[in-house]
Amino acid sequence: MSPSHTGELTFSTVKPRVGLQAALDKGRAGIVAEVSGSGLKGRGGAGFPTGVKWNLAAATVADEKFVVCNADEGEPGTFKDRVILNRFADLVFEGMIIAGYAIGAQKGILYLRGEYSYLRKDLEKTLERMRTEGMLGERVLGRDDVSFDIEIFIGSGAYVCGEETALIESLEGQRGEPRNRPPFPVNTGYKGRPTVVNNVETLAWIPSIMARGADWFSSLGTDKSKGLKLFSVSGDVERPGVYEFPWGLTIADLMREVGGENAKAVQVGGASGYIVPARDFERHIAFEDVPTGGAVIVFGPHRDMLQVVSNFMEFFVGESCGQCTPCREGNVKLLEGLRLLEEGRCSTRQMRELCALGETMQQASKCGLGQSSPNAFLSIVKHYGDEIMGRTDVIV
Amino acid sequence: MTDKPILDDTSRAPVSQRGYVIEKSGMDDAIGGKVTINIDGKDIKIPLGTTILEAARSLGIRIPTLCYHEDLCVAGVCRICVVEVEGQRTLQAACGYPVTAPITVKTHTRRVRQARRHILDLMLSKHYGECYACFRNNNCELQTLAKEYGVDFFRFGHPEKPLYAVDRSSPSVIRDMNKCILCRRCVRTCIDLQEVGVLEGHGRGADVEIQTFMNKPLGEVICINCGQCINRCPTGALRANDPTDEVWAAIDNPDKHVVIQTAPSPRAAIGENFGLEPGTALTFELNTALRRCGFDRVFDTNFSADLTIIEEGTELLLRLYKALVEKDASIALPQFTSCSPGWVKFLEHFYPEYVPNLSSAKSPQQMFGALIKTYYAELNKIDPKDIVTVALMPCSAKKFECNRPEMCDSGYKDVDYGLTTRELAQMISETGIFLPDMPRSDFDDPFGTATGSGVIFGATGGVMEAALRSVYELVSGERIENIFEHADIIPVRGFQGVKYVELTLDKIGPVPDLLKPLVPNWDWLKGATVKLGVAHGTANAKRVMDDIKAGGKFSECHFIEFMACPGGCLGGGGQPIPTSPSIREARAKAIYAEDSVYEIRKSHENPAVLKVYNEFLREGPCGHKSHKLLHTSYIERGKYIS
Ligand SMILES: Cc1cc2nc3c(=O)[nH]c(=O)nc-3n(C[C@H](O)[C@H](O)[C@H](O)COP(=O)(O)O)c2cc1C
Ligand code: SF4
Repeated sequence: MSPSHTGELTFSTVKPRVGLQAALDKGRAGIVAEVSGSGLKGRGGAGFPTGVKWNLAAATVADEKFVVCNADEGEPGTFKDRVILNRFADLVFEGMIIAGYAIGAQKGILYLRGEYSYLRKDLEKTLERMRTEGMLGERVLGRDDVSFDIEIFIGSGAYVCGEETALIESLEGQRGEPRNRPPFPVNTGYKGRPTVVNNVETLAWIPSIMARGADWFSSLGTDKSKGLKLFSVSGDVERPGVYEFPWGLTIADLMREVGGENAKAVQVGGASGYIVPARDFERHIAFEDVPTGGAVIVFGPHRDMLQVVSNFMEFFVGESCGQCTPCREGNVKLLEGLRLLEEGRCSTRQMRELCALGETMQQASKCGLGQSSPNAFLSIVKHYGDEIMGRTDVIV
Repeated sequence: MTDKPILDDTSRAPVSQRGYVIEKSGMDDAIGGKVTINIDGKDIKIPLGTTILEAARSLGIRIPTLCYHEDLCVAGVCRICVVEVEGQRTLQAACGYPVTAPITVKTHTRRVRQARRHILDLMLSKHYGECYACFRNNNCELQTLAKEYGVDFFRFGHPEKPLYAVDRSSPSVIRDMNKCILCRRCVRTCIDLQEVGVLEGHGRGADVEIQTFMNKPLGEVICINCGQCINRCPTGALRANDPTDEVWAAIDNPDKHVVIQTAPSPRAAIGENFGLEPGTALTFELNTALRRCGFDRVFDTNFSADLTIIEEGTELLLRLYKALVEKDASIALPQFTSCSPGWVKFLEHFYPEYVPNLSSAKSPQQMFGALIKTYYAELNKIDPKDIVTVALMPCSAKKFECNRPEMCDSGYKDVDYGLTTRELAQMISETGIFLPDMPRSDFDDPFGTATGSGVIFGATGGVMEAALRSVYELVSGERIENIFEHADIIPVRGFQGVKYVELTLDKIGPVPDLLKPLVPNWDWLKGATVKLGVAHGTANAKRVMDDIKAGGKFSECHFIEFMACPGGCLGGGGQPIPTSPSIREARAKAIYAEDSVYEIRKSHENPAVLKVYNEFLREGPCGHKSHKLLHTSYIERGKYIS
């Protein structure tokens, strides 16, 4: 595996221990204030403000709390977390220790995607080293009031287990099925205790925010999307890989950087994201415009968009946990519609019904999977109506 | 959001299938007390933690539900109850949304109606079966909603042929997964309400199906046949194994003498099948209807319930005598009741080491069957091979029970067929009879009309109450009315999951004739405190059993009543659908009302029972003959299935 990325990742310029030491010096409230002030939003896709999340967990009274690092990275087209864990795991772990101290948790769990279990040996080594260096275990960095340790849990390979409540079910030994929300994990999470679930990248940024301060971080990016972001770029481009950019760059800028200028469309946000056609490439990648957890899949001029979306829908038909009606059955119906389109046998009326169904799925599904699985379908109908309607032959 | 974390450690269901339970403080205006929300323009003040669904219902606003059931934890999976909550991007499931702040809710906007219609259409696209060929026709929640939302065509298609073979392996519960809409009520019933855990969701995405362990036939797994899942299935995917055709064939056969015994719980509920409000007992109307259906004799199971009390009560006194006076360490105490076949199988699977604690007395259904094919046959000079015994029971496990190979002590199958309340209602309606309009008539001799003690067997605590009425009087020689007004033993009544009662025997009397061959005197019971327990629903039974295993207070009990079904037999798996706490309460009221008007309310005073001991079971209770006919043995099954 060759993790390719453009130069140095900014968060990694902070030396180990520096962020942690700075955090412990700030104290609990100070950490939460700093994270809130930085404007850091979750990098797992949903973009929930990390400071708010930590504050809620810190405010809940409980005998035990947990920090979970979500390394399930199941979204097709993302691989940034793998790169981070491969090269900068200690920073992620530091982020977890800081989170633990801030909310009052003494235990952290790294939920590692089953396919990444080959990373486990190195990760365990890193943990062991951090223990001997006094960063993990009793008396973190010599502080009597701080103790924290981290355990690795290997997931069992379902995309939906990346959804935080399904992840917690899976940790508890149940089927990976999302829970009703509320309650939220910050209140009732792992073992019924307050639990902060954060993405690998979110946690990786914490030490540098601690070391350099909230103002540094919030000066980067846009008004509503602060800081820098890692992107996993794949597909029809000359230079695929992991890139770091400030939030707010246009898709066109990004395409220039990665060698994808002649792209026909870009799927931002992985399978559950939206397809952006070339004419909209001036749009900005940011929570307020085109949001993403980091996946950017580029489609060259020769790509058949119907095939592209069929591919995504097949993924969702198989990966839906099957718990709730709109997602379990809806994805199947959307895929059936695509098959009919491929054969040129889907009427406009049927198409309209399926689009309405897509809206129902977005509105009524129990979790983010079903709520976002119709996105790609709806965006090709919107942008590529001419290309997908009226086919008479199966296009290979 | 700073409420304490909530963890209901008692539930075995995964949290994904449980709602958010916030303790409702109920305090007015206090912090964490009440909150005012607005639903469809109407304000309502509700305790914090009330769900949108509950609030809407109390306003009289109907929100459709399918996976929601009052008896079960909230899964929030069917999504039919979605509503708009102002400020929320997505629609919210009303059943699983506990209110913690003032909100504005709209229950039937265009978005909501479209989503509900889509959800229904999606369910129908997988639901195979024709309504008119289904036992739930006109009593199906999916059908009702299809009508309510004006489904007039199958927008997303409809299956043309079945996908699954119907599982008929169980003598009690038949599963037709072609009709399953994956609401998982059966799963939650089994794991959470009953804590048996035979059913589970299996597979992912569109392949999800409800399966047993390793997808084995239901008849081969540790299903206890309680049928609670049937009562909570919104469609016809689960039904009882129905012997109606065989019963009709017997009735139609002139060479067969067909007798039916009716249990008190079906009589208190069958009116519901004819559109009556829950809680109207039709005991004597039913006698007439059954005769018109063609049954040759109609008997009251209460007769054998009284007999059970005598046999089981005597067994208890004997166990106590042997343990306390003869110091026989091999005697298993507490003695457990054995009249609920679901409970018996639960114990055989989950606590096989406690099989010796089960009373060897058969259930009333089986005692009756054995007597009909012996005593009654002799008396009426009918060849027992020509007698067909049918039992009207509130229960699906009774079908399994009458098929247990041990249950042939008369030389024939003691009970040929167990009918559920629902199945009998169906037979009656086939004859064109409207049950509530029937004239009243009495039960047939020689068993006659029984006592109030037999009637209350139908409610949780009833067996205990009946046993106490008799045992107390037989031992003390005093009337139970001296210590419990009107012989109503209130402490053992009610729907509390587990009850514990102590009763001190201050006085003792002479040993009554019936028991003279068994014990010399009662001196050894003078001043003794009898400790009793009552549990209904196998989840509660499990609590008690685990307490016993841990040496807790129930291990010191002398006698414990266990019923597999919530509420006791009146909440049985063969009862009319739907069921809910309030329906079960209404049925219980009907049962206790029936008890209170009986002239004789104590089993040991039942003249027909005494007559049987005089004429037939001459060695008395627990004697040789009654052991042969009225007692049985059990199997240590364990949980491991091949
Ligand atoms: C279907 C689904 C899959 C998800 N997969 C992941 C994942 O692989 N990694 C991740 O960090 N977050 C994933 N999420 C988002 C998580 O639920 C959660 O929001 C996130 O871990 C929170 O961390 P953050 O605030 O740091 O982003 C997923 C969400 C959904 C609905
Ligand atoms: S939306 Fe899909 S993945 Fe999420 S709970 Fe429903 S069925 Fe499961």
